[in-house]
Amino acid sequence: MSGVRVEGLSKSYGPTKALEDVTLTFPDGGFFGLLGPSGSGKTTLLRAIAGFVQPDRGRIFIGDQPVEGTAVEDRNIGMVFQSYALFPNMTVAENIAFGLEVRRIPPADRARRVAEVLELVQLGPLGNRKPSELSGGQRQRVAMARAIVTRPKVLLLDEPLSALDRALRVEMQIELKRIQREVGITTIFVTHDQEEALTLSDQIGILKDGRLVRHGPPRAVYDDPQDAFTARFLGEANILTGMVEAAGLRLADGTLLPGITSAGVALRPEAITVSLDEPASPHRILAHLRQRIFSGAMGTCILDWQGQTLKLTAPDRALGDLPESGGPMVWLSWAAGAALPLRDPP
Amino acid sequence: MIRPMIRPMIRPMIRQSFARAYLGLILIFLYAPIAVMAVMSLNASEFYALPFRFSTEWYERLFTNDEILAAAWRSVWIALVVAVIATGLGTMATLALWRHDFPGKRILQALLFPPIAVPWLITGTAMLIFFFGLGIGRGTPAVIIGHVALALPYVIVTVFARMQSFDRTLEEAARSLGARPMTVARRVILPHAAPGIIAGGLFAFAVSFDQFVVSYFLAEPGDSTLPVLIYSAIRKGFTPEINAVSTLIILLSMAIMILAARYARFGGTR
Repeated sequence: MSGVRVEGLSKSYGPTKALEDVTLTFPDGGFFGLLGPSGSGKTTLLRAIAGFVQPDRGRIFIGDQPVEGTAVEDRNIGMVFQSYALFPNMTVAENIAFGLEVRRIPPADRARRVAEVLELVQLGPLGNRKPSELSGGQRQRVAMARAIVTRPKVLLLDEPLSALDRALRVEMQIELKRIQREVGITTIFVTHDQEEALTLSDQIGILKDGRLVRHGPPRAVYDDPQDAFTARFLGEANILTGMVEAAGLRLADGTLLPGITSAGVALRPEAITVSLDEPASPHRILAHLRQRIFSGAMGTCILDWQGQTLKLTAPDRALGDLPESGGPMVWLSWAAGAALPLRDPP
Repeated sequence: MIRPMIRPMIRPMIRQSFARAYLGLILIFLYAPIAVMAVMSLNASEFYALPFRFSTEWYERLFTNDEILAAAWRSVWIALVVAVIATGLGTMATLALWRHDFPGKRILQALLFPPIAVPWLITGTAMLIFFFGLGIGRGTPAVIIGHVALALPYVIVTVFARMQSFDRTLEEAARSLGARPMTVARRVILPHAAPGIIAGGLFAFAVSFDQFVVSYFLAEPGDSTLPVLIYSAIRKGFTPEINAVSTLIILLSMAIMILAARYARFGGTR
C-alpha cells in the first residue's frame, strides 16, 4: 500500500485558515481530484503534500512513510505545474532526464528511460527541441513525462490543463487519464473545473474555506451531494426548502413532497420534466416560465417559483411547443428519487 | 476647411523631424570630439596641421613606448582582477538579496545606489584616508579594492534586473524532481542569471579600466594605470601619441559596452 494520507492537517496564513483539520486518504494508484472555489485550500493541500508548505498541525504520509520532516527533494514526488515550469535552457530530453540525473542514474539507463517516456506521451521525435519551440499541448506532455520518469510515489498535478484552450483541454484530459492508467501512479489533481474533475477522477474531494466538505467517487457525490454547497458546486442544482412534517416536506407554496425527511432538497436541472398539464405525480410544483433558451440539441428553461429562480435543461424536442417567453404557468415534476435530500438547507 | 484636416497630418511630421534633428545633435556632440581625435591620431602632423596626411607613425611610436605599454598592461590586468572579484561578490550578494528576506534588507538595498552618484573625487579622497587609516596605504592592492567597491553596485543592479524575470516555479520544479539547493543553483538559477552576470562583469571591467580619479588618488606614482599616465603626459605636453592611445581605449570601451548591452538586453527580454 503506497497511497497518500493526510491526518488533521491545518495551515493558517495570519487570520486566514487555508486548511482546517483535513483528514483524507488518497488511494494507491487512484486518480483523485481536489476541487473547490479559489481560496478553498486545494492548492495549499497539494503544496503541503509536495513539501512546499509547512502545515501548522497534522500529519502527512506518502506510502505509509511520515514526511513532515522530509524536504521536497527527498519526498520522491512528481509534480506538474500550471505554467509547466520547463527549464528553458534545456532541451525536451534534458528536461526529462533532469530528475534521473540528480538521482545519479547511469547515462545509458537514463537515455533508455527518457526514450520510453517520450513514447508514452507520444513525443518520440521531439527530444532535441527547446521548450520554446513547442505548442502548449506538447509542453504539457513534456511536463507530464518529466514528472513520471523518476517513478515517483505520488504524482501531483496543479491545474495542469488550465493554460490550454478548450478543445485541447478535452483532448489532454483523455491523454492524462490514459497515461495515468498506464503508469499506475497515485495521482492527486487540483482543479476548479468541476467537469474536468468528474471526467478524470476515480475519487473527488470538495474543499470549502479550508475544510473538506465531501469526498467519494464522482458519481456518488453527484447523485447524493448531501449539502447545498456540494450540490451547487458540482453540477447545477435548484434548492427547494420548506418545513418537515410527518407526511413529508411542506414547501413554501403549500405543496407537500411525500416521504422527504430533510428540510431541503436539491433538484438537478436535467431531472425536471416540464408540462402544461397537471401531472399525476405528487412530486410537482407550479412555476412561471420566464424564458426558454434554444441552444441546439439542448434547451434551457428559466422559471420563477415563489420569488426564486429555477433552471431546467432538457433535449429541445422534449420541451415541445412551450413558448420562448410570455410567462405561462407550467408544471414541473420529477421522479420520486430525483429530489436529493440536503442535510444543511441554506 | 482644409486646415483642420491637414493639421493632424503635419503635426506628427514636424514633431518627427524635430526629434530626428535633436537626436542628430546629441550624436554630434557625443561623437564629434572623439572623431576629431581619432582622425588626428592618423594625421602625420604633430601640430594638427591640415590638410590631413595619413600616417600610422603615432601608433608605431605608441607600441614602442614602454611606459605607455606597461601602464596599459597594468590597466588591463587590474580591470580583469576587478571584474572577476566584483562579479563574484556582486552575484553572491544579488542572489542573497533576491532569494532571502532578512532584517535590514531594504536599507542595504537602498544603500547600494548612492555611491554611484557620489563624485569620484570625494570617494577617492575618502578611500585614500580610509586606506591609510587601515595601513593599506597607496598602491595596486588599494587600487583594486577601490575599483571593486566602485564596480559592485553596477554588477548588483545588472544581475538583480536579470533575476526579476526568473520564474520561481522553475526552482520548485527542480526540487520536486529531487534536486538539492546547490544543484538548483547550478543548473537552474545560474543559467538564467548568466547573461546578467556576463553584462555585470563587462561593466565592472569598464568601470575599472576607464577609472581615473580614484586610481589617481590610490596608485603609487611609479605604477600608474593608463588613464593616470595619460593625464600626466598631457600635463607635460600633448602629443598625437595620446590621441592614438585614447582612440584605442575608446574602441575597447565601446566594444565592452556594446557587448554588455547585448547581454543585459536593456528594456527587453530574449
